[in-house]
Amino acid sequence: MSRYFVDRVSRRVVYIFGIVAFLILVFIAIFILKESLPALKELGIVNILFGAKWYPSKDTFGILTMLAGSVVTTLLALAIAMPLALGCAIFLAEVAPPHIRNIVRPAVELLVGIPSVVYGLVGMLILCPVIARLSGTGSGSSVLAAAVVLAIMVLPTITSISEDSLRAVPARYKEGAFALGATHWQTIHHVLLPAARRGITAAVILGTGKAIGETMAMVMVIGNSPIFPASIFRPARTLTGNIAVEMASATGIHESALFTTGLVLFILVLLINSIGLLAYRRRA
Amino acid sequence: MINLSPKFTQKLAWSSIWTAGVASVLILLFIIGYVLTKGLSAISPEFLFTAPEGGLSGEGGISSCIVATLWLILITMAILIPLGIGAAIYLAEYAPDNKFSRLIRYSVELLAGVPSIVFGLFGFAIFVLALHFNYSILAGALTLVCLLLPFLMRSAEEAMKAVPQYQREAALALGATKWQTVVHVILPAAMPGIITGITLCVGGVVAESACLYVTMGGSAAMPTSFLSGGRTLAVHVFYLAMETNALDKALATGAVLIILILILNFITRWLSQHFQAKMSGGI
Repeated sequence: MSRYFVDRVSRRVVYIFGIVAFLILVFIAIFILKESLPALKELGIVNILFGAKWYPSKDTFGILTMLAGSVVTTLLALAIAMPLALGCAIFLAEVAPPHIRNIVRPAVELLVGIPSVVYGLVGMLILCPVIARLSGTGSGSSVLAAAVVLAIMVLPTITSISEDSLRAVPARYKEGAFALGATHWQTIHHVLLPAARRGITAAVILGTGKAIGETMAMVMVIGNSPIFPASIFRPARTLTGNIAVEMASATGIHESALFTTGLVLFILVLLINSIGLLAYRRRA
Repeated sequence: MINLSPKFTQKLAWSSIWTAGVASVLILLFIIGYVLTKGLSAISPEFLFTAPEGGLSGEGGISSCIVATLWLILITMAILIPLGIGAAIYLAEYAPDNKFSRLIRYSVELLAGVPSIVFGLFGFAIFVLALHFNYSILAGALTLVCLLLPFLMRSAEEAMKAVPQYQREAALALGATKWQTVVHVILPAAMPGIITGITLCVGGVVAESACLYVTMGGSAAMPTSFLSGGRTLAVHVFYLAMETNALDKALATGAVLIILILILNFITRWLSQHFQAKMSGGI
């Protein structure tokens, strides 16, 4: 076999491999849409999106409560994670001495690798009892428990992208501020953070995309009742949890309604991440 | 409005920032420490080598989960490694700088953000139903290949892009074809980065749960082939925590997971340091 022949064949092969990721994305859209169609046809998109009642036994499938559950949990998680993540990013980019940084950064990276179910388990065993005692009712499975767990899970994402953006600020900005007699904190506050704001915004948006897609840890600590998250001490259900909890027992239109839940989640995450990626690319 | 002196705000800011940095480490240590201290004591040879009873009992060990996890790693990696590296070769070495390539790259980035449970639905629709693999390790592995592909592509492409341009030019100038250059020059030079990416993906297989929960069926029985269903260690933790009262066993399984993740993490770190030293000191 001539090496030129091998060269020509391999060129074709890697081309096909190269477009697989694109094809998977297209196939996900097609297959999830296809499986959603029965529910969309029978119930209508408006009834599914804005229906507040989810009673599979009565063929009523409204996902509004779950949509609210996902959004409230995610926003609360971001509110908890933001100060910590931003502080951590500034710490890693500007403040920490090298030997401390070499401990903190691997620790933050390791948080990504810890399985979702382990977060869920620790949340169930530690957080939920504390919240149950604080609120005085129930088992502690609640929006608050979910938000705290989620905040820890998105911490590495927001921290690393924010740190990256802070480091991308040209050194001359910082030197200029120092030369004008600014303290290190004044420089960070008035020069570095404003200059890195696009990257930090991107970090928060991409963190949102990750948070809204988290499944197993949420199922374990949020209680999974398909009701509006009226109080942070009460249970709720997320879009992701809706799929995971009911998939095994669902058939027919019920199964199709779960695919519709997945379709809404898919579109939501694609939108959020597109905006996040755009912001990330324009960070400099 | 209170006017604080710059010196004071500097001190205040520094202590808050240090607190944030230290807190993140403490959170990690707390989670790992809690699971290990509560879980390790329940790990015994008997726990590791007997099968779980399944159902609502929570009795038994985790042998079938270990076997299912190993099967899953094996099959996922067998498909993912050639596919991911091939795709990365295309993006790093062959893709022209045009709109189509940008679309491909963009879809890789978007795919990396798709939630695990959506991959699960997709895998259920295509592998479990349409292709009739049923609930099986194979269906789970193929779903995981889709989920992990963008991550392996990214690290492999980065590693190949870091190979200096003059090495390509030298190979081409010696009359090597493009493919010979890729195989004999670029891949060997990029190997540390690629292996790091592979190790991270093995970690992904071990840690993943949502997409496997809906594609592997969750049977507690010992898998007999890659076409039987099963549950991985991570999925087992979920079943134990949600459907049984055996929280001690859930913690023990969680401790096994943490140990596996720590080992993989150390391998990744050791590899990158080892190769860095070799590459900078060898010449």
